[in-house]
Amino acid sequence: MDETQQPTIAETLPVGTPPDEAHDEHAAHDVSKHIRAYLMVGLTLLVFTGITVLLSYMNFGTQKANVAVAMLVATFKAGLVAAIFMHLSNEKRMIYRILVFTFFFVLGLFWLTYLAWYDPITR
Amino acid sequence: MEIPYTVTARPDTGLWNAKVGIWLFLASEVMLFGGLFSAYVFLRLDAEPGAWPHGLLNVPVGTMNTAILIASSVTVVMAWASLKMRKFRAYWWYMLITILCGVIFLAVKLVYEWPQKFDHFGAFIKKDKLEKYERYLGNHHLAEKGLPPRTEVSGHLHNHEALHDANVKEYEIALDPVNADPTNPNMDRPHFLYVPPTDKIGTIEKEDVEYANMFLPKHSAYFASYFTITGLHGAHVLGGVIVFTYLWLPMGTKLYKRNPEHLANRVEVAGLFWHFVDLVWIFVFPLFYLL
Amino acid sequence: MDASSGLATQPHAEHDPHHAEGGHDHHELPFWRKYIISTDHKVIGIQYGITGLIFLFFGFSLMMLMRWQLAYPGQQIPLLGNVLGRMFGPGAVDKGVMTPEFYNSLGAMHGTIMIFLGIVPIAFAAFGNFVVPLQIGAPDMTFPKINMASYQAFFFGGIVMLISFFVPGGAAKGGWTSYTPLAVLADKGPGTDPFWNGQTLWLVGFILLITSSLLGAVNFIATIIQLRAKGMTWMRLPFFVWAQFVTAFLLLLAFPPLESAVVMQLMDRLAGTSFFMPSGLVVQNQPLHISGGGSPLLWQHLFWFLGHPEVYVLILPGMGIVAEIIANNTRKPLWGYKSLVFAALVLGFLSFIVWAHHMWLTGMGSVVSAFFQTTTMIISIPSVIILSAFFISLWGGSIRFNVPMLFATAFLPMFGIGGLTGIPLAFNSADLYLHDTYYVIAHFHYIVAPGTIFAVFAGIYFWFPKATGRRMNEFWGKVHFWPSLICMNIIFLPMFLQGMLGMHRRWYDGGKDWALAGEKVWGVSGFEWNTPISIAAWVMGLAQIPFIINFFWSIKRGQKVNDNPWEATTLEWTAPSPPPHGNFAVTPVVYRGPYEYSLPGRETDFTMQTEPMTEGDRKAYEAAAAAGVH
Repeated sequence: MDETQQPTIAETLPVGTPPDEAHDEHAAHDVSKHIRAYLMVGLTLLVFTGITVLLSYMNFGTQKANVAVAMLVATFKAGLVAAIFMHLSNEKRMIYRILVFTFFFVLGLFWLTYLAWYDPITR
Repeated sequence: MEIPYTVTARPDTGLWNAKVGIWLFLASEVMLFGGLFSAYVFLRLDAEPGAWPHGLLNVPVGTMNTAILIASSVTVVMAWASLKMRKFRAYWWYMLITILCGVIFLAVKLVYEWPQKFDHFGAFIKKDKLEKYERYLGNHHLAEKGLPPRTEVSGHLHNHEALHDANVKEYEIALDPVNADPTNPNMDRPHFLYVPPTDKIGTIEKEDVEYANMFLPKHSAYFASYFTITGLHGAHVLGGVIVFTYLWLPMGTKLYKRNPEHLANRVEVAGLFWHFVDLVWIFVFPLFYLL
Repeated sequence: MDASSGLATQPHAEHDPHHAEGGHDHHELPFWRKYIISTDHKVIGIQYGITGLIFLFFGFSLMMLMRWQLAYPGQQIPLLGNVLGRMFGPGAVDKGVMTPEFYNSLGAMHGTIMIFLGIVPIAFAAFGNFVVPLQIGAPDMTFPKINMASYQAFFFGGIVMLISFFVPGGAAKGGWTSYTPLAVLADKGPGTDPFWNGQTLWLVGFILLITSSLLGAVNFIATIIQLRAKGMTWMRLPFFVWAQFVTAFLLLLAFPPLESAVVMQLMDRLAGTSFFMPSGLVVQNQPLHISGGGSPLLWQHLFWFLGHPEVYVLILPGMGIVAEIIANNTRKPLWGYKSLVFAALVLGFLSFIVWAHHMWLTGMGSVVSAFFQTTTMIISIPSVIILSAFFISLWGGSIRFNVPMLFATAFLPMFGIGGLTGIPLAFNSADLYLHDTYYVIAHFHYIVAPGTIFAVFAGIYFWFPKATGRRMNEFWGKVHFWPSLICMNIIFLPMFLQGMLGMHRRWYDGGKDWALAGEKVWGVSGFEWNTPISIAAWVMGLAQIPFIINFFWSIKRGQKVNDNPWEATTLEWTAPSPPPHGNFAVTPVVYRGPYEYSLPGRETDFTMQTEPMTEGDRKAYEAAAAAGVH
């Protein structure tokens, strides 16, 4: 079918070749746009760390609710790190595929804990 | 022979090799820490009511360490961005700050937090003897408020020989505030600031003790998972620091002169690992320090 | 591009010096850099292969020893009894008779070594390393140094496992599954070292082996994603590459949870924690001084979270090898290539949600049981698809029964028996009876022993010419094959009977004192079956000698062959034999699928992936599409 999409190996740049100027400028321009975002995310993370600590001294009724609130905040923070710092908000499809796969199995792994809870021998 | 796509991206995937590699590695890391965290949840769900301790760790120090790690995540992404903009000086400084953050984090953990725990003592009272130590536990008070009971008396152990000498029949403990004044409503929930043990000495007969030990990994399921997870996390921090140092030393400069994009890619890959370590900590912190 | 099409028909057997130049000055490297710490994927593949084969034979030898105790319990081991006694002391072999502790060590280490030091390194790492980059047209793995580190971690892991035989108390004896609390309590107390003891070394060795597999898996996946040659689209990958790809994902995602579990068990043993230790344990009438509060079930969950995907790690590469060989020797395209690929993917996916079927006896609730029973039944579907596709591929082919093909065809019914006998075990109620009996042993050995190991042998005979430029002797190959096949079946078929009679898999005396020992099947009691089984095991050991001699003899003296002796279609056969550093003189370009055999209108009955499409080919494809083939 589409045998002409990929270049031959010889076409790729060897390590010693100086990088392409045009490509370089483009990249630098791209990156400088993001710097503000990086700093803002860092600040948000710090603020939310404080919020996590604060929330932990409030009582949301049950211990379960307390855990849920803390995990919600942590997931939000982790999401920020993954999306912005790790560039997951704008990544190639192949990476998403790998991660979707992984996510599925992590869910399986945490399902373990349900099994422990469900087990009639210990319950 | 050259391996293709070490620096430039392969057109159809849009990725260079190390980027695929690091994400695959991180996928396996997710499963590694996933295994540990699911063990944590498993054990915690399995624990008897009141057996899972609260407020044993130093929250301000933990918060500080969290902030340090977050700051280092910002600096490492800035280091990468500086390289992308070909500002080597800025890169060098950002990288240095990142390395220092990592070292401070480890130092706080290894020099302050862990040893402080190793120095603390706790004794779990047998179920049928809880009433006898009501003055330290305050379980009537807790029951009235609908809170889980206490089963442990903790503080600084005065007679260390009690740990291994069978002739010593009781533990003498300089009680933690929570055991010194158990019915005080202030003690119902953990404190933000660390409060050292009081001068009040409590004595507990060894016969009445289910299990007693210093706050070592073997103290309880809680400390077992705390030390294992933070230990493994610490090992990752150390790994990151070593890699960053390698990229920061003259080796990095040389590579920059030869091919700046290659160095940028390496920093990006190491940075991805570092962000992941940060991400793990974001979960470790509330799970162990706050909840 | 034009040069690469000329590559396909390169007929030369002698080496063009120009090829070696493609690898810079690597031919001047000293011996240890070239063969010991090489970063070349082919050398690493061969290192893995040879180390793995040695471990495979070693693991088999442990079983040959155990078979003596099972057939003739309490009798002196002939020939070796005194030697073993002197090597391991009276705690292991007392006056020529093996002790229960030593028997347990042998059992635990047989399982560990065969799986983690034998099959995984050979089927996954050795073949994967040697063949995958060649088949996708890559110059090497993406991360050659990590590849080297992977082998070294494996090697040291193996060394640690071997050392554990010689420490006080002997090697690990808690079974290959190392169930807690037994494994945490084992090898402790007087006469043992807190670190240098069997179980602790088993755990340390395991961490190294897991690290090795993880590094390997990252490398394999990255290589297959990044380094496919021009035109090598996903649906043009040989099925072997797909199988390795899925296997690598299984290793990548299933091994780390076990690594975490191993770390926790190490903590339990070294730091006195209680991750897997429940409260209230009493050992030798003394309450155990631990905090408790842990869960033995947690270990089982984490272990089988790896354990089940591991089964597919063992079998998928074997299936890949068999697919290549069947297509090559039936001289027709592999039937249902797409269904094979999707079946392998589904297999990999489902293998993560069936693990608790190893734990029926832990008393899980009926909802959980029903879930795992269902997924376990579902996972048999892709396996059956794969096996059926192989069988259908045989239909109407002009089959060449050379040695690789003999092993590959033998794989099919053997894997079939293994798979079908697993179905009763998938059911909770049937498993309650069969659990931990010889039935289970027979079931999974049919899959890995005459299954995967036959596939591995097939692969060795098949790719040997690529690695050496010479072919292994056909006659001695057959002398290797037929006794192996017959012995395999004499060994494992009676075990189904023993298991159904209720013989437990861990009995030290072979079931001599067991209440049902007198009950006869075909005039032979469950215990008496041990004797023919054991004899067959020893004969099978002897039957490997022709292979070993053939293997080493053929490296130097085998019949010289050209680059494509089997007239195969995939890319590895366009490279010189043995391929130089960097593999291909000219980077290959791929124009077609991997199994273009007997294409109408062609002079030869094989059309290599590097041959450009012709007008005739297009017509042939259209005709085939119209007739509903493919």
